[in-house]
Amino acid sequence: MKVNVASEWLNSCSGCEISIIDMGERLLDVLQVADIVHLPALMDSKYFGQMGDKSHLSIPKADVGIISGSIRNQEHVEVAEEMRKKCNIIIALGTCATHGGIPSLSNSYDNEETLDRYYSTESTDVENNKNDTGKGYPAKDIPKLLDACYALDEKIKVDIYLPGCPPHPDHIFHALTALVSGKELKLPEKSVCDTCPTIRKGKGDLKKLRRFLEAPLYGAAGESLDKMRCLLEQGFLCMGPVTRGGCGGDAKDPRCISARVPCRGCYGPVRHEGNQRLDMLNALVSNGIDINSLPESTSLLRFSGGHGMLRPKFKKKKEI
Amino acid sequence: MGKMINIQPITRIEGHASIGIQLDDDGNVADARVNVMSLRGFEKFVEGKPAEELPRIVNRICGICPWMHHLASNKAVDGCFGVVPTPAGHKLRELMQTISHAEDKLLHFFFLAAADFVIGPDSDYAVRNVIGIVKANPELASKVVKMRQMAKMILDKFSKKTIHPVAGVPGGFAKPLLEEERVDILDKMRQILDFAMFTMDFAKKEVFPKYLETIQSLGVIKTGFIGTVDDEGALNLYDGKLRLMKPDMTYEEFAPANYTDYLAEKIIDHSYGKFPYAKSWNEGFSMDLENPKGIYRANTLARINVADKMATPKAQAELEEFRSLFGRPAQATLLYHYARLIEEVYACERAIEILEDPVITDPDVRAKVEPKAGRGVGCVEAPRGTLIHDYSTDENGLITRANLIVGTTHNLGPINMSVNQAARSLIKNGTYDEGTLNKIEMAVRAYDP
Repeated sequence: MKVNVASEWLNSCSGCEISIIDMGERLLDVLQVADIVHLPALMDSKYFGQMGDKSHLSIPKADVGIISGSIRNQEHVEVAEEMRKKCNIIIALGTCATHGGIPSLSNSYDNEETLDRYYSTESTDVENNKNDTGKGYPAKDIPKLLDACYALDEKIKVDIYLPGCPPHPDHIFHALTALVSGKELKLPEKSVCDTCPTIRKGKGDLKKLRRFLEAPLYGAAGESLDKMRCLLEQGFLCMGPVTRGGCGGDAKDPRCISARVPCRGCYGPVRHEGNQRLDMLNALVSNGIDINSLPESTSLLRFSGGHGMLRPKFKKKKEI
Repeated sequence: MGKMINIQPITRIEGHASIGIQLDDDGNVADARVNVMSLRGFEKFVEGKPAEELPRIVNRICGICPWMHHLASNKAVDGCFGVVPTPAGHKLRELMQTISHAEDKLLHFFFLAAADFVIGPDSDYAVRNVIGIVKANPELASKVVKMRQMAKMILDKFSKKTIHPVAGVPGGFAKPLLEEERVDILDKMRQILDFAMFTMDFAKKEVFPKYLETIQSLGVIKTGFIGTVDDEGALNLYDGKLRLMKPDMTYEEFAPANYTDYLAEKIIDHSYGKFPYAKSWNEGFSMDLENPKGIYRANTLARINVADKMATPKAQAELEEFRSLFGRPAQATLLYHYARLIEEVYACERAIEILEDPVITDPDVRAKVEPKAGRGVGCVEAPRGTLIHDYSTDENGLITRANLIVGTTHNLGPINMSVNQAARSLIKNGTYDEGTLNKIEMAVRAYDP
């Protein structure tokens, strides 16, 4: 019997959906055993009926519901709740869904600050744009923003977490085939460092971190990763110690480090509840590295600013 | 007022939008428009971040064209820090961008748009998709999946991460191209060029002639155009000057850094996304179908309209044939698909040219970079239109201000107009069906938003 699959994207970039397509010919195998009943990126199933005349948002019933993206506005909440209602199993696909992802960097600001900037940039025509909000913000027939950018499980119950920005196509394939065949799904639970073959010599005399403005040292261009010294030990901030491993898929080697570029944490924290900033700063301090050598630390939470990890700065009330 | 038709979500597009059609008491269209449903606020939250990190943050604007944001951002950071990439670094960036274009156009044509033409605009919605194509024409589908995957895996294998790439860095590229990699990629790009020519022929024989009447009527509007050209006036996807053309073919050219002198963005009440318009035309902004003001279009059709020629031979031959059929500038909205396939040919030919340039395997891929205060404007042609990233930094090289004009947004005004035109011409006296509503969406899909 075929398994019915429904898929939705919320506050997202469509990278997770492209990663599904990047399964390549394996996607055709998946389609042999799964029937897709709803998938806005590729299919024409509509919320308000095919004639656009129903009053309630509706998504077809499915065995498996895949949701990418974080939750940022009222429509995202409605769609997520409808998916939860209609699907037996909900998969949070990608780090936006599991931890808020890059868009949750906006949680450092309140909505007013974000809107004020976006609607007053150098190219924005700010004259004659005042409407009933008094500020010229669009407000008609578009969903209201929530106060912050939320991970999916802050609004609905999630059964399976598949982090990654985006999740590797190998992981998506393994997850879908496990679900279809009823087998247990095993995902990597180690850190990026645990999967990284670079040379580590242990505690060194490193006192400060450098910004990634120059190439790391390694031998010939085609040299394998196990000949290169660990990027953190070379003095570059690398989020490998505090980031969930697995980004390399079946090939194992971490992707960014294979490009000779340090990890920035796109698979989210090693433990679901972890705090990538706190854990990284602790790791640096315990190795005697001066954390003031970092230009700033908000971006250590760039993939996991949901769950209240990033908040607007405390603002003093304006003096009268 | 009569009934409200709510087409939500618009499907087989890359973003989040809906169409609202308000009918009057007689069942004719009183108003039709496209709402852009979400806002993420990149312009604000990149403030204070180290500029060299931005190419790895802003690529998340789009998972379909992350290379475009990644590279426009790298160019903008180069500008802030006053660095010029090494020749090999520059060429590797362009190579990645060009191959990404080649992959993206196959994805759009076959996975998103083709169902409307191959399965048919009025067919059952349950099979009017790429899965329907897989079932109806498994041989073609398997070839498409294989070729698109080949292009995508070139990027993946060499750059190591292609959805949300990391290999472009301020000053150039993170790793050099080895000779054996060059040979392998060159062989694959030749196969993809063959497939691009096959696709062009397939579309010219099997698709466009069947829908000529629809092409000449659906969503047709009259606008200006924008695109990047080189010093000879040939289309360029990676670098050059911007050419902003009026419907009468007169044009202005400018360096991307001066974009605010020519373009501005209007805040529209029913859309989180702002609507760009041609400020330098000094006629204001209006989406009136008979008499639009300030409206220009971006993306494939715009680029081949503003360009005097294509820089590669096969693409040039296709452009000449296209112009002999549809003239210049071509205004019919569905011709975006045709133009997309011409650009597909160009992208493959250009990638092959770059791979045949000896500098491409030079190991000196990255110039030395020092953080400093400055301003940089990075511009590339994304599949969906001219992409502009504009940053300023403080003396520590932290972002103080960022402004972005994303490819798709140039077309928000035109998309609204095309939807309005399609709705008004297709819905009469309350008569419409599912096929009608899908045809209205086809006017959106042409723009590949």
